[in-house]
Amino acid sequence: MSQENMVTLTIDGVKVTVPDTMTIMEAAETQLGIRIPRLCYHPDLSIQGSCRVCIVDVKGIPFYQASCAVKVAQGMEVETNNPAIRQARRDIVELLLDNHPRACLTCDRDGNCELQNVAYATGVRERLFAGERKRFPIENTNLAVDRDPEKCILCGRCVRICDEVQGVHNLSQQGRGFHTLVAPAHDACMDDSVCIQCGQCVAACPTAAFTEHDHTEEVWKALADPTKHVVAHTAPAIRATIGEGFGMPLGTPAAGKLVTALRRLGFDRVFDTNFSADLTIIEEANEFMQRFSKNERLPLLTSCSPGWVNFLEKFYPELIPNASTCRSPMAMMSSLLKTYYAEKTGIDPKDIFVVAIMPCTAKKFECNRPELCMPDGTRETDAVLTTRETIWMIKNYGIDLRHLPDGEFDSPLGESSGGADIFGTTGGVMEAALRVAVEKVTGQAPENMEFTEVRAVEGLRERELKVNDELTLRVGVANGLTNAKQLLDAVVKGEKEYHIIEIMACPGGCIGGGGQPYPPEGYRILDKRLLAKRAEALYKIDQGKKVRSSGHNPAILNLYEEYLGEPGGEKAHRLLHTHYAPRLPRGIR
Amino acid sequence: MDVKVTDNRDEVFSKSKEALTPEIVAFIEDCTQKQHPNSHLINVLHKVQGHFGYLGKEQLDAVAQLLQVPTAKVTGVATFYHFFRLEPRGRFVINICLGTACYVKGAERVCERLCDELGIHVGETTPDGMFSLEGTRCVGTCGLAPVVLVNDTVFGEVTPDQIPALIESHIKKAQAMEKESVV
Repeated sequence: MSQENMVTLTIDGVKVTVPDTMTIMEAAETQLGIRIPRLCYHPDLSIQGSCRVCIVDVKGIPFYQASCAVKVAQGMEVETNNPAIRQARRDIVELLLDNHPRACLTCDRDGNCELQNVAYATGVRERLFAGERKRFPIENTNLAVDRDPEKCILCGRCVRICDEVQGVHNLSQQGRGFHTLVAPAHDACMDDSVCIQCGQCVAACPTAAFTEHDHTEEVWKALADPTKHVVAHTAPAIRATIGEGFGMPLGTPAAGKLVTALRRLGFDRVFDTNFSADLTIIEEANEFMQRFSKNERLPLLTSCSPGWVNFLEKFYPELIPNASTCRSPMAMMSSLLKTYYAEKTGIDPKDIFVVAIMPCTAKKFECNRPELCMPDGTRETDAVLTTRETIWMIKNYGIDLRHLPDGEFDSPLGESSGGADIFGTTGGVMEAALRVAVEKVTGQAPENMEFTEVRAVEGLRERELKVNDELTLRVGVANGLTNAKQLLDAVVKGEKEYHIIEIMACPGGCIGGGGQPYPPEGYRILDKRLLAKRAEALYKIDQGKKVRSSGHNPAILNLYEEYLGEPGGEKAHRLLHTHYAPRLPRGIR
Repeated sequence: MDVKVTDNRDEVFSKSKEALTPEIVAFIEDCTQKQHPNSHLINVLHKVQGHFGYLGKEQLDAVAQLLQVPTAKVTGVATFYHFFRLEPRGRFVINICLGTACYVKGAERVCERLCDELGIHVGETTPDGMFSLEGTRCVGTCGLAPVVLVNDTVFGEVTPDQIPALIESHIKKAQAMEKESVV
């Protein structure tokens, strides 16, 4: 490790001593609690220094310095605030606004926009600059992620998160000067690019230059249609984050209130994607045991995360045979709703409108996959709402989630084990699978249900788990695709052998999904504290469950007995499994 | 199941090679052996434009794949530098000098007439690929202002009214050249 040298500098007249690796911004914030306004800066991404909002005065340098990009130095004298700096910051923000649509009141991010906040904080009250404004068409016909380049302020956060966290490298600044546009190669629309639809650009964007593709209109329409039987099912991670939209403390489990809210919105049934998460575990454990016994197509790669599945098809197509053929919990549930549930209730599947409530933008892409459509070509999942869209719909209806009584999910597709709840966080699928697999191998349930060693909160983990004297499982867990690449490259090159690899596209797993609420005041995306709080909510629910292993969910056992037959059997295969194919354009790894 | 079945690398690479020339492919392969292959991107793009006259979508995609630089970065570089052209130039490149001397002698009106007659803006190429119109600054023959260059030929003291004939003569020239090549 390189030796850190301590330096002493003065910030706003106060002497501070900090390591010389710190930036002025970090020194001011950590030592003196001075939060210099900023836009393009993110502590977990590389430094760009492009927005210039965080300027400070450094004695001896004739022009202002971007405090996020300049390191401290011995004897440095910094001023972070005086009338001239305040004026300059305000001018900088005003100039950004001059090239930005005056559409705040009708914008998706109204009230939740970092540019708006910075404009207020820096004191922009009038717009004194009025010049030419860049004009680009809105791109709102993508399946998952839409773009409005006129709202882009060229902060480059989307570019950096796509490059550095996801390793997709889909976005770059195209052109130059006034005509600069952040876009995929050839200014292609997102659907025609190497985009994997994870939506991290949406999460990272300070404005509404990236948003999820809207499905709320279709859902309102279905809810108002008396001929439709509208059914919702909600992903494991939603219960950990839905409360954030209503000012509930971070990490408050709110499944019960969500169920009540959805009923009030007019959903005829509210089921739980957790049910099919349990089902996924049963199918996947079975698939693993089969491959393991034949020692073929290992490592098994999990397939729950649609962003990851897109990444697999575009970036690592040679590993497609290793991917679990299990559909995602969303697709399994929707498939069952239009077959099993339709048969059971006698409702024509054409009249059932399935709404999946997901923390994810890639699910909007997944629901359009032809292999996940009904034989007549209609979608099994008719609409996918992100957590953000769901919060908005509940608010639009005039419901304050905090004051609702707890409801119960409908039966029989609403019961779940604790193993399903933790699907929403990194290592959760692995942990749930281990709870089942250990019992399958040893004949008895594991003493300790909590396999904390696979919870890859730092992004990447490799572990050896001793199941019994004969069997030690080598597992890999990754969230964020740059982390996943490390495992996948090792597999491709034959450097390492694993039995199972769990991959979640988004940092932290679904709790950090591209469709999750914009972080509340004091938090930011990729924030470990934020992700820990959300994960805590899921572990709390898991710990409170009587049944913690998917293998013991009575509703699942009943479903196999009543309808599906054997795990991995013909019917299960038809309804619960899928296939993948290489997809172009091929990504550059 | 055969693991190779789902790998499309060879297919994508051979298609990429087809989009370029063997010399350029060899040059890129050479670059990939060096320490920072991506630092040779601009060099590669120069080679591609040198051969094809412009950087087409197929060529940019091919460079990205063979050099293993993300395509968005390749197009980012190609669109940043004015020297790189993304569309083929016309058979005749008309350069209208907009330098000071030509300007005061009425180059702007000549330029407007060129735009009107060709139906394109400066920097564009006619749909039939015959003419590209570009603005330039001083070709060093200010005594002949206003000056128009068609490929390497200089036309001096050009007036707007001479433009239709100038265009017509080049269309005829092209037709004659085509006939010759058929014979």
